[in-house]
Amino acid sequence: MTTEDLVVRAEGLRKRFGKTQALDGVDLSMRRGTVLGVLGPNGAGKTTAVRVLATLLRPDSGSAFVAGVDVLRNPREVRRRVGLTGQYASVDEDLTGVQNLVLIGRLLDLSGRDARRRAGELLEWFDLTEAAQRPAKTYSGGMRRRLDLAASLVGRPEVIFLDEPTTGLDPAKREDMWGVVRTQVTSGASVLLTTQYLEEADALADEIVVVDHGRVIAHDTPDGLKRRVGGQTLRVRPSDPSRLPDVLRLLDAVAARGTSASLDEAAGSRPGAASVPVTGDEALGGLIPALRADRIEVTELALHLPSLDEVFHSLTGRRKADDLPDGTRAGDLPGPAKAEEMV
Amino acid sequence: MSTMTLTPVTRPAGGGVTALGRHSLALAQRSLIKTTRTPEALIDVTIQPVIFLLLFTYLFGGAIADGNRHAYLQFLLPGMLAQSVAMGGMALGQNLNADIEKGVFDRFRSLPISRAAPLVGAVLADVVRYLTVCVVMLGFGTIVMGFRVETGVVPTLAAVALSIAFGLCFCWISVWVGMLARSSGAVQGIMFLLVLPLSFGSDVYVRTDTLPEVVQSFVAVNPITPLVATIRGLLTGGPVAGPLTTTLIWMAGLLAVFVPLALRAYARRA
Repeated sequence: MTTEDLVVRAEGLRKRFGKTQALDGVDLSMRRGTVLGVLGPNGAGKTTAVRVLATLLRPDSGSAFVAGVDVLRNPREVRRRVGLTGQYASVDEDLTGVQNLVLIGRLLDLSGRDARRRAGELLEWFDLTEAAQRPAKTYSGGMRRRLDLAASLVGRPEVIFLDEPTTGLDPAKREDMWGVVRTQVTSGASVLLTTQYLEEADALADEIVVVDHGRVIAHDTPDGLKRRVGGQTLRVRPSDPSRLPDVLRLLDAVAARGTSASLDEAAGSRPGAASVPVTGDEALGGLIPALRADRIEVTELALHLPSLDEVFHSLTGRRKADDLPDGTRAGDLPGPAKAEEMV
Repeated sequence: MSTMTLTPVTRPAGGGVTALGRHSLALAQRSLIKTTRTPEALIDVTIQPVIFLLLFTYLFGGAIADGNRHAYLQFLLPGMLAQSVAMGGMALGQNLNADIEKGVFDRFRSLPISRAAPLVGAVLADVVRYLTVCVVMLGFGTIVMGFRVETGVVPTLAAVALSIAFGLCFCWISVWVGMLARSSGAVQGIMFLLVLPLSFGSDVYVRTDTLPEVVQSFVAVNPITPLVATIRGLLTGGPVAGPLTTTLIWMAGLLAVFVPLALRAYARRA
């Protein structure tokens, strides 16, 4: 890979805020036309890194090139080529949707006519045409996010920075946002997005960088990362505990290669359930008809994705259970079911 | 979501001062849209100065001017015009402070525009507020209270233009404080602390020779004093050239000091 293929290239970025070393020597690289997921817990330095790359913040040391332009020497030229959507929707609440986008267009030196036309097509694309003439303060959280993202796309940036674009959105809205990101990449942009959700990085990113304490602790493809972390776990709790042996047998049938089902006996877990490591969602599809066929009623059936917690555990050897979300997805449940909350 | 059609993104060259002007005007328009959405934000340049004018003329005027309220109004109104324009800038710092908290400025910072444009734009939009204060005070004073311009149309327009120009220079203090303060409430507090001595420690309300000597020396160096004198000269007659020169020097000084301070504070706030 030559350096020309790298649309983001950062070396040794350091930034200190008072006593906090937010960035402690961050190296990043992103290939043109791809999505790079920057994964890490709150306070890992993700937002600081994005603000440095988007020229909002000067690093104490280190170098960064975005779209081939030196971020420190020529920030103005970088700003012409990037779009940024921050963690907090930065739309003007008093302005209408169309006024927000036209303003950005004017600031990007579009003519009045082009700015209005561009605003119109973005509003349509983001499904905001009906709300276009309403002040943004009347928008729902999801609409605000979409308007904010639209605002960062007015100038057709080569590189798009998305700082936790789906935090606070419900699952359906999150998937809409994923669709938007994919479309951007299809139309030639490169996207760097930060997230706390492994699931999100997995769904979107070609490569994932894991950041912790201002350092990059892993840079790999999602599959590579998962191999390191271990796969997903499928857990079943039958209504009738005497059916557990049958459940174990059925789970063994969908087990990942080289693994087998076991009873949940770990300290802290409620007895009466069985788990098995699986390789993907397909395991659920095979299991549910099998459970029905054997007339096994279940009170819990859940697919646990490798959580960020587990990523950190396997990468750093320490647990950070306190502040990390758990990647858990409830299955399609027959009978009474306990669906664990999806984060 | 449908597929995206392509509108050509044309970017005419032309940077520097023209770009700053163009972007500032676009941002000034944003501020004006916000003002039309919240007309109550204009109270401090409409109802409030009228109340002050009524209060001082009818409550204190008789005592101060020995019963001759009309003479007092002729003396008071030009001074209050100057004072109201100075006070009218206080809201600017508050609004900017609140704006920055909301994150809209992050968007502006990520655009290829001059760092000064968002501040310059907000200041330019304030012209409307200063113009409002001038029209309201002169209109209400003349039509309702019987104030009489003793000069003519051109000096009156000159007085309004000077007031607005002074306001545009003076408000950079407010912008600077708005960048430094941690909350918009704090901006108001600090600005009151600053503007009250300047407006009352002048000859807006009473003749300087009635004041103790210490206060007289403060009045002599107060930038509001020459402005008041110039506007009095322009509206009710009297020397203009001398106080006008002093006022213009003050205006240049305010810009030279507070524009760089405000821009630096804004850059640091990133």
